[in-house]
Amino acid sequence: MTTTTLAVLVPLLPFLGTVAGLLLGRKAPGFVRPLAILPTLTALGLAVVVALRHGGDGPIDAATQLTPTGSVPIELALHLDGFAVLSAVLVGVVASCVQIYSTAYLREDPRYPSYAALVSLFTAAMLLVVYSGDLMVLLVGWEIMGICSYFLVGHYWETPEARAASLKAFLVTKLGDVPFLIGLFALAADAGSFRITTILGEVTAGGLDHPTVIALLLLAGVAGKSAQFPLHTWLPDAMAGPTPVSALIHAATMVAAGVYFVARLLPVFAASAAALVVLAVMAAVTMAGSALAALAQDDIKRVLAYSTIGQLGYMTGALAVGDRGAGAFHLLSHGAFKALLFLAAGVIIHAAGTNSLAAMSRMGGLKDRVPDAFWTMTVALLALAAIPPFSGFFSKESVLAAAEHTATGHSESAPATAGWIILVAGLVTALLTAAYATRLWLLAFRGQGPAAPDHGRQPLAMTSVLWVLAIPSLTFGLTYNLLPDWFDGHELTPTLTTSVLSTGLALVGGVVTYGAWRHTTAMAARPPLGAVAADPTAGPAETEATAIATHTPAYGSIAEAPDSADPGRLLLGPLHSVAANGFHLDALYTALFVRPTQAAARLVRFLDREVVDTYVRGAGNAANLLGVVVRKAQTGNVQTYLSALLAGSVVLAVAAVLVAAGA
Amino acid sequence: MHLAYPAVLAALLFCVGLYGVLARRNAILVLMSVELMLNAVNLNLVAFDVWLRDTLHAGQALTLFTIAIAAAEIGIGLAIVLMVYRNRGTSDVDKLRDTAEGHGPEAETTEAPAHTTEAAA
Repeated sequence: MTTTTLAVLVPLLPFLGTVAGLLLGRKAPGFVRPLAILPTLTALGLAVVVALRHGGDGPIDAATQLTPTGSVPIELALHLDGFAVLSAVLVGVVASCVQIYSTAYLREDPRYPSYAALVSLFTAAMLLVVYSGDLMVLLVGWEIMGICSYFLVGHYWETPEARAASLKAFLVTKLGDVPFLIGLFALAADAGSFRITTILGEVTAGGLDHPTVIALLLLAGVAGKSAQFPLHTWLPDAMAGPTPVSALIHAATMVAAGVYFVARLLPVFAASAAALVVLAVMAAVTMAGSALAALAQDDIKRVLAYSTIGQLGYMTGALAVGDRGAGAFHLLSHGAFKALLFLAAGVIIHAAGTNSLAAMSRMGGLKDRVPDAFWTMTVALLALAAIPPFSGFFSKESVLAAAEHTATGHSESAPATAGWIILVAGLVTALLTAAYATRLWLLAFRGQGPAAPDHGRQPLAMTSVLWVLAIPSLTFGLTYNLLPDWFDGHELTPTLTTSVLSTGLALVGGVVTYGAWRHTTAMAARPPLGAVAADPTAGPAETEATAIATHTPAYGSIAEAPDSADPGRLLLGPLHSVAANGFHLDALYTALFVRPTQAAARLVRFLDREVVDTYVRGAGNAANLLGVVVRKAQTGNVQTYLSALLAGSVVLAVAAVLVAAGA
Repeated sequence: MHLAYPAVLAALLFCVGLYGVLARRNAILVLMSVELMLNAVNLNLVAFDVWLRDTLHAGQALTLFTIAIAAAEIGIGLAIVLMVYRNRGTSDVDKLRDTAEGHGPEAETTEAPAHTTEAAA
């Protein structure tokens, strides 16, 4: 088979898996697991074959036009370059791991068939986005991901948190998608095509009339999808979904779609210096703010969610300084270690029976209960904190090196301002990232107190994928000298200055957090606050759903716990509660958008119920009243009716005679 | 013979029939009055047929139809009156008011339990 055929099969197989899973899920439950895992694994195999055949050479393009549209044509097009084939492999790896993990994680869930089908559909949509060479086809995948995200975040729809989170995720990303759609139309109108290759050719020829407007409109969609400030607020709340969903959607793939989109169309953004500076500011605010917020979170998954936002900030930062190679490198390595972090967090939540770090820090010997999760999570956290030689170090270094390169004026595509913004924010974030990674590790694994409950060994399906993902987290960074062939050819090797600076800052962050932890750990010896609410014999998914639902009643907030033994509280000082609540952005949005919308909805309801309905009811009541009056004439006496008939006939006859006589 | 004689006779017959239909109480007499009205119309049809010298004699043909239909009608009518009389012991049209407003079968069923409760009390 040709490479093109194989590439078409890659998104198609998970989609067929979805269809089969939805059709057979209820009738033949035995087929659900194979139908979930096998198409995704096959797609991964094909994606690897496509990547190997591509081999870092020039892009492969194929297109077919289904029907003429009359104006700008829409084509089913493939555009396979180094970014596409490598991202597809990442999506395949993470999706396969998540599907295998889910078989054990949701083993007792009655809604597992639909869940697995939606995960497959999501995978298909992401692969479509990755391979598509036509922006309209890309948008189809983009929107399918949005709706799958809505369904999967709301998987535990019995809990109000999950319902609210799924709605919020859907609405916030759609808020970005509206300008995104307009931006796509504007771009196609300027370039005369939806094909990525044609558009990029137009941009190089200087054929775009409104680059800044288009870039800013597209950035809104990217900010929504990739959870960048100011549209990032949905991501922490989306942690109300099951852990594998968080790993797949909100860490490794869906949020990567926005970054990937910018990487694909980087010349469009680079055509406007203003757009790049806006992107840089957005990335800087996102990075630093989310790192501070991550330091204050109590829910282990919310820490990881904020860290995802921060790492996405690094990727957009790399794009803002015009180096998409570095951005894609960080996307790939982050995808692997963040999926690992989430999946390991799922194991820990099941073992500990709680998602609260405060409760875990009062639990002894958690790391002996889940040794696989302990070791793999340690690897992933070291990668997150960018400690050499883990993968995160190399990818983050490539971003910082690109920023330094631009800041010192060596880049022709991006303004030096953007370089300085990203460099400074990136270094500050490196310090904070190491701090919250250390805090997470210390609180989860070095807790003191009564021993953690023993649930026996975790299922093999859950622990084995952790080791599979640990391999790229450990070694992927070493491919830094191979990757430039696949990307733009920019150097991705770490430079000495930024390496020493960021690693030093990361070590400082880690050591300071350790010191703070030693200082506060004495307080943790007091009786535990809150309670481990979950039933120890329940399945992992049920444990997690209970843990999420009980966090607010137990601690008074979904994000923070009143834990004086938390090193983050000591480090952040008065900033702690502000950071825990995401800098009160949610409250601000409530005041700015939610309240006016609700007021408008109440007004519409009033107009509908009181004004429109009055007319409707009036029409009905008038007819009723008329009926009551007319019914009075119905006496039951046939002779009365006949008399009326006669009178009517006489009147008509007289009238007819008068008309005939011409009176 | 001048057309006025049969026409006036038909009008008188019709008026007598109309009076009978509207004013008589006995259902049989009402049916007889209907027959009078029909025959008044028949008389008109025949008279005008002759006066217009219709070659096809459409008026007379129509009269034959009317007589046949009137015979059928009175047959069914009398049968209904007979059944009503057997069921109710009266053939008085004033008392046959079951189709009046507020006199439906559902009204009777709602009243029925009230009677039984009164009887029980």
